[in-house]
Amino acid sequence: MQHIFEKGRAAIVLWLIFIISCGIIISRSQFTTDLSAFLPRDPTLAQQLLLEQIHDGLASRLILVGIEGSDPITHAALSKQIAQTLRENSAFVSVNNGEPVTAERDQAYLFNNRYLLSPTVTPERFEVEGLHAAISDSIDLLASPAGLMVKSLLPRDPTGEMMQLLTQLNSGNRPQTVDNTWVSDDKSRALLLIQTKASGDNTDAQQVAMSAIQHAFDHATSRTPESKLLMTGPGVFSVTARDTIKSQVSRLAIISIVLIASLLLLVYRSFSALLLGFLPVISGAVAGIAAVSLGFGSVHGITLGFGTALIGEAVDYSIYLFVQSEKNNVEEQQNWTKRFWPTIRLGVLTSIFGFSSLLLSGFPGLAQLGLYSIAGLVVAATVTRFVLPHLLPNKFRVQDLSAIGLTLASLVKHATKLRWPAVLLLIIASVILVQHRTEIWNDNISSLSPVSQAEVDLDTSLRADMGAPDVRYIVVVSGASQQSVLETSEQVAVQLQTLVDKGVLAGFESPSRYLPSAAMQRARQSSLPDPITLKTKLAQASQGLPVNDELFKPFIVDVNTAREQALLEDDSLDQTSMAMAVDALLIKQKDHWTALLPLTAPEGIDIDTIQVNSVLVAAHLSGVLFVDMKVESDNLYSGYLNEAIVLSVSGLIAIIGLLLWVFRSPMHVFRIITPLAAAVITTTAGLAVFGQQLIILHLVGLLLVVAVGSNYALFFNRTDNLILPRTLASMLFANLTTVVGFGVLAFANVAVLQAMGVTVAPGVILALIYSAIFARNTHV
Amino acid sequence: MMLQVKVIRSFISVLRIRRLLLLILVIPALSHAEQWDIEQLMVELAQVRSSHAYFVEKKSIAILTVPVESSGELIYTAPDHLEKRTDKPKIESMILDKDTLNIELSSQLNSPIGNQTSSKNYQLQLHDYPEIAVFIDSIRGTLAGDLVSLQKNYQLSLFGNADNWTLSLKPTNQKMLAIVKCIEISGAHNAINRIETNQTDGDNSVMLIEQKTTP
Repeated sequence: MQHIFEKGRAAIVLWLIFIISCGIIISRSQFTTDLSAFLPRDPTLAQQLLLEQIHDGLASRLILVGIEGSDPITHAALSKQIAQTLRENSAFVSVNNGEPVTAERDQAYLFNNRYLLSPTVTPERFEVEGLHAAISDSIDLLASPAGLMVKSLLPRDPTGEMMQLLTQLNSGNRPQTVDNTWVSDDKSRALLLIQTKASGDNTDAQQVAMSAIQHAFDHATSRTPESKLLMTGPGVFSVTARDTIKSQVSRLAIISIVLIASLLLLVYRSFSALLLGFLPVISGAVAGIAAVSLGFGSVHGITLGFGTALIGEAVDYSIYLFVQSEKNNVEEQQNWTKRFWPTIRLGVLTSIFGFSSLLLSGFPGLAQLGLYSIAGLVVAATVTRFVLPHLLPNKFRVQDLSAIGLTLASLVKHATKLRWPAVLLLIIASVILVQHRTEIWNDNISSLSPVSQAEVDLDTSLRADMGAPDVRYIVVVSGASQQSVLETSEQVAVQLQTLVDKGVLAGFESPSRYLPSAAMQRARQSSLPDPITLKTKLAQASQGLPVNDELFKPFIVDVNTAREQALLEDDSLDQTSMAMAVDALLIKQKDHWTALLPLTAPEGIDIDTIQVNSVLVAAHLSGVLFVDMKVESDNLYSGYLNEAIVLSVSGLIAIIGLLLWVFRSPMHVFRIITPLAAAVITTTAGLAVFGQQLIILHLVGLLLVVAVGSNYALFFNRTDNLILPRTLASMLFANLTTVVGFGVLAFANVAVLQAMGVTVAPGVILALIYSAIFARNTHV
Repeated sequence: MMLQVKVIRSFISVLRIRRLLLLILVIPALSHAEQWDIEQLMVELAQVRSSHAYFVEKKSIAILTVPVESSGELIYTAPDHLEKRTDKPKIESMILDKDTLNIELSSQLNSPIGNQTSSKNYQLQLHDYPEIAVFIDSIRGTLAGDLVSLQKNYQLSLFGNADNWTLSLKPTNQKMLAIVKCIEISGAHNAINRIETNQTDGDNSVMLIEQKTTP
């Protein structure tokens, strides 16, 4: 006796130490809610680019703002006031609302450096014929309304390099304006494009930026009660996603704990039993979080949400202990340990085998769920087995459930009569699955996103207003140095220009447009003739044109200055709006540089990717990759979906292997697997009937159905062919807690949590019923 | 098209005269109500939904040794689409749509293979060039009969009568005044036939317009 108590004390001490260390790990853990958990660990080069853009590309740092609800004049005033406030805030790199705040600096940069920037600066252009043609064009332009501006430039820029640069920069759609501020086409909305200093995956900083924008709006003097502020963008999405996940997870946790606690209280009629029953659950949850934190460095909010559902599963073990051990004395407990523990242990093992396949997933989110489940279930079961019995008070006893058990027993006796109807139902379910086989999977990556459809719609609408379509096609240039990627970009730009001329592309962007490579700048400088040569050539070039070559003296001076001027570098662009473009298109990573050249499709038609590819391939440039972001992201997701399917199937095979190894009887294993397979098929068919397309998390749910259901099947197919009424009662309550835990998830607004909820809750009920129906003729 | 406009216009004026007669009969004191003024002109101009005309333009620019003469067609669709297609001396086009000004110039290149024509495109967002925008709005605002928009940037004065009027636009903005001194637009009823622009530096342009009548 003494020996047992000592053993018990040791177990309790070990358990306490374990819980405290888990607590310490958790207190140091990082919790995330961004979408990175749903993106791969080992991406391809193109996927890497996609991920970098999602994490900290310029796109991730943009917040699109709309102001609506009042009249256009009020919106314009609000836009200016908000922009003014935010421009003084160092959290924002730039605040664009159409006001020409940087226009002067931009023009100065372009004008002063026109001979280094303009692609038309070539040796031929500064020969007599080239000069003649260029000056002739400028004279033509003089006669147009643009002449108002060109006229003053002509003496300094007769070849029209400035016009060339301005035209290049102005290509692309830009919003309409009211009072110098951007508005949507129907003028009902004022628009601002704000770039934050912090990257999009810094959710805290994005939240601060959002409240700064809200604050600026709230305190704008022109604000009317009708005016409304709208915000969208990747950063905004991550903030709202975090808020949603946070509030959902905490609310769901509270609801499921309250529901399960009330259910248990109803069954046990004892507070101490309730509290003790939760000990394995809490231990499991704590261990799960600590394990994920150790294994992954951070814990995702979704994993926590999933954890609340697992409460309903882990509480089963204590239910089995309390309800199945009828009289609570030491002998009876030992009896339980002998009679029931092996079955439960096998149930835990099947779950572990099932979930271990998730650990291999290249999808950190799935791997986290797998690790969380394994750690949580092992600890919950271990605590139930080795710690809980020692904590039970001497006269511990839960309500007598034999009455319920007996009722259940008589039901179970008749359950086998339902075999044929069940088989019929299974056939119908299989037919449904076959019919729906093509549309059963949702292979759109956005199906995983915690962002609501309303938010996506707002984003689409604001983007359309801005004339800023999603960047879909990008030519990516990578190289070892900034200069090498700029040089390659210039070569790519030459190829792309041929496609623009052919009408395959409407246009493209390139960082080399704003910051040419040093080699290119030097080449342009060397195209410029010395003052004496230029003067002679000008005199010849002016023949036949209605100008006096004396007019161009300032031109000769400027060209000479350009010949000797210092080359442009990164910081030459400071304070201009072009700095933002270069920042977005020219990215420095640890040891290499990347230049992005986004392509614009001609209006109304898609880009002919084959032509783009063939032109780029023909140019034999190294480090150049043409990426279709949409195809990449879809591939990314469908790749992971396929992987998850393979992993789930291998999890299933592992479970079957385990059962075969334990029972060494294929027939017996078949009996255990049949109700589980039936539950999976029926649940999936049910989801298909209700129009739910399956995402990865449905698959995880099905795996859970197998894991949880295996306990029932094992109890119904015990080798001793004996199932006690109280065992039946314990299974019913264990089942109810699981249904509650996951059923609550079914009401979540977060797609991934909802998917698991709608799969597991009906799935485990079906697993229990099928287990009873397909059980071997049992002696109850 | 113009024929239709003319028919409608004369129909409207017949109606107006009838109403006028009625008014004179009923309330003799109000007989001065039908006075031709700037609002009246704007209403008439606004009735033109589209028009097509020929133009001849002569620009005298100080930095050029000889004036530039050009001719071509003008196409206007209310309220904000304006095209100027120049045939001589070189083919060029200027299309103004809402806030975007597209200028396409063609240039002759003498190459060994023979004469080649290449075109050059410039696209300006008017919003980036406020002076050009204000200048263009003087013509577009007049064509559209948009008094409010004209008064925003110009001081207006009207001379003559409905058959032969001249609207003088003087910029109110100092920056603009530094470039354009005054724009004079003349016409008969709702048809513009002459636009003269006098720039502050002495440069000047005169455009004569003749409506193209539908055959």
